Amino acid sequence: MTKNPQCSVPLADALRTHLKNRIVPFDVPGHKGGRGNPELTQLLGMQAMRCDVNSMKPLDNLCHPVSVIKESAELAADAFGAKEAFFIVGGTTGAVQAMIMSVCKTGDKIIMPRNVHRSAINALILSGAVPVYVDPGISEKIGIGLGMSAGSVEQAILSNPDAKAVLVNNPTYYGICPDIKGIAELTRRHGMYLLADEAHGTHFYFTGANEGMPPGAMRSGGDMSAVSMHKTGGSLTQSSLLLCGEKVNAAHVGQIINLTQTTSGSYLLMASLDLARKNLALNGEKIFAKVIEYAEYARSEINKLGGYCAFGSELCDGGNCYAFDRTKLSVNTLGIGLAGIEVYDILRDEYGIQAEFGDLGNLLAIMSAGDRPQEIERLIAALSEIKRTKGKEPIKQPIAEYIEPKVVIPPKKAFYADKKSVPLNETAGKVSGEFVMCYPPGIPILAPGEEITEQIIEYIRYAKEKGCFLTGTEDVTAQRINTIGSKN
Amino acid sequence: MELWYTENHTENVRFSIKVDRHLTSITSEFQRIDVFESYEFGRLLVLDGYLMLTEKDEYIYHEMITHIPMAVNPGIRNILLIGAGDGGALRELCRYDCIEKIHLAEIDKAVVDTCKEYFPKLAVGFNDPRVTVYYEDGLKFIRDKVGVYDLIIVDSTDPFGVGEGLFTKEFYGNCNKSLAQDGILINQHESVFYDEYADSMEKVHEKISSLFKIAAVYQAHIPTYPSGHWLFGFASETFDPVKDLKAQQWNNLGIKTRYYNTELHKGCFALPNNYSNLR
Repeated sequence: MTKNPQCSVPLADALRTHLKNRIVPFDVPGHKGGRGNPELTQLLGMQAMRCDVNSMKPLDNLCHPVSVIKESAELAADAFGAKEAFFIVGGTTGAVQAMIMSVCKTGDKIIMPRNVHRSAINALILSGAVPVYVDPGISEKIGIGLGMSAGSVEQAILSNPDAKAVLVNNPTYYGICPDIKGIAELTRRHGMYLLADEAHGTHFYFTGANEGMPPGAMRSGGDMSAVSMHKTGGSLTQSSLLLCGEKVNAAHVGQIINLTQTTSGSYLLMASLDLARKNLALNGEKIFAKVIEYAEYARSEINKLGGYCAFGSELCDGGNCYAFDRTKLSVNTLGIGLAGIEVYDILRDEYGIQAEFGDLGNLLAIMSAGDRPQEIERLIAALSEIKRTKGKEPIKQPIAEYIEPKVVIPPKKAFYADKKSVPLNETAGKVSGEFVMCYPPGIPILAPGEEITEQIIEYIRYAKEKGCFLTGTEDVTAQRINTIGSKN
Repeated sequence: MELWYTENHTENVRFSIKVDRHLTSITSEFQRIDVFESYEFGRLLVLDGYLMLTEKDEYIYHEMITHIPMAVNPGIRNILLIGAGDGGALRELCRYDCIEKIHLAEIDKAVVDTCKEYFPKLAVGFNDPRVTVYYEDGLKFIRDKVGVYDLIIVDSTDPFGVGEGLFTKEFYGNCNKSLAQDGILINQHESVFYDEYADSMEKVHEKISSLFKIAAVYQAHIPTYPSGHWLFGFASETFDPVKDLKAQQWNNLGIKTRYYNTELHKGCFALPNNYSNLR
């Protein structure tokens, strides 16, 4: 029997061999296996410090991979069903930006939902591409932005036949997925690229066929995908993959990545990608079957508590919410009279439980390979206690987490325009010159070039009052916004 | 040949007992379980390397975790034991005829099975008809119980292992909800002699104090536990552990104990000066 090629880890093996050879370092990094920074070595451990090495012939070079990095990337491409894969060490932000810049130049149109991560809009500022926003739809029950229906993408394509690409979230932070196969069929027919921000979708490539999970973009006709291996795939924070399909000129993508990516790629991050890929390829089905079981258990137990709404596949309507990522544990908290961000803060400050994020109406807990039943019981018990001890009258009206943007100026032009700092409550009717967002989740409330409305000002005020951490503005307190001047 | 069981009490302190034989070693879904036969302490039960009990001194722990609440409220009828899979606390409670119902929620069936086989004297209570055993996470077990128990005893393992969830605010809050109006919560409170545990045990006391009107800590001398000085928590909305002691009533029951007595009961709540954070 031949060995499964996914068992091999060329990069991790090369690193192991390098350590065994006891090479004397007269290169960077200057800590030289930890000797030069004893306190850091004590914190991280000697082995981690020894693995922190620089490019050299036996370890290949991230900017120009020809040996072990190349082999590892090829294995990653195979594992994800892609033609090529690139190791990214600047987070999925780097992957998303390289993905968009690979297919869009200044002035090119890209069709996308507006409830994207800021990295996607950053890419528009860097490349000068112009967004054509598609309304992703809002869940009336929960208030969150959804996933763009294939029908509304088709309309956008027909109205903008010159657009170069369509970008989708697969899934959104909350776990909502679009009809990716349907959208892929549209982009194929109209000669556009289909790009997928799969920052939260690594596991889609490794779940069993019978789990009722959404498919990964590269297996559904997508052309490129940015996947956060570190989010649910088990690699180290900041490590990510950019995947390319048949239609994409991967050599050009490599050039684009090298515009902004470091020339000193961390071997800790890259080795973690190699080992995480192996683990996913060999054990992913088993791992995520467990994760789905845990998430579904938690969902049903939390719903039994009353007041909370841990939503799931029942949101699926065949349109804006085509499919749901069952590993996501998103909980609407308005039924116990508290904002999601309030529950999020109480969980951490009083119960020692760190959730992924809380927005105005919802709380998101990430479930992944590292979870155990004991911790899930703690989360459920803490939610039960928060309801018992702090619950109030339900907040009846769902709060719209997504506000339809009014784009006045393209992002790049707006970002570089002359700006004036204006107090928040005087900004109505003006055009924002910067981002405003709650972090996490990092989905902009305002992006450069968008009109500031009363509804947006009210949202920002409310988010602040509830304790959201507002970022993106030059003014760190987000009391003032840089504006481009009045609309008229 | 010499065989020694060694437990690290801290990174720099070791405690060793010479053993005759290693009787069993199994790995359950939750932990590794070992039983040793020793010369000085009789049989030892060890979970994940931590010494849980020895035949020679287990009575101190089990008497102190049970008779203190029973002497404060002789009206206790319904009891929940969380953890306690070795059966020691159950054995003590089963000596009270007035108790009507005891639920025991232990996460690991393998602990109960091992103790029934290797510590038969300890495990006698499992045969009592008033006892029902649930093999469930304690935290999960109490989630849907409201106002039903007169006494909850948390007989957990180490706060950094399987039992971590039993040292949390969400757990104590759920206990409060599961207790009747005049219920009592007893928890094993570790020791605060070594720094590693001191912080987490002070936090535990804070959490319990924030949830119950009365929260006190009492002590016992247990030779084989780290530092030998062991603590327990007593919490209630209504009972003061010393002022409400029903000494005469308890002594009339005629329960024979080796460590506990009603005079010691009054004294064990008087803590050393440097334990002021636990008052």
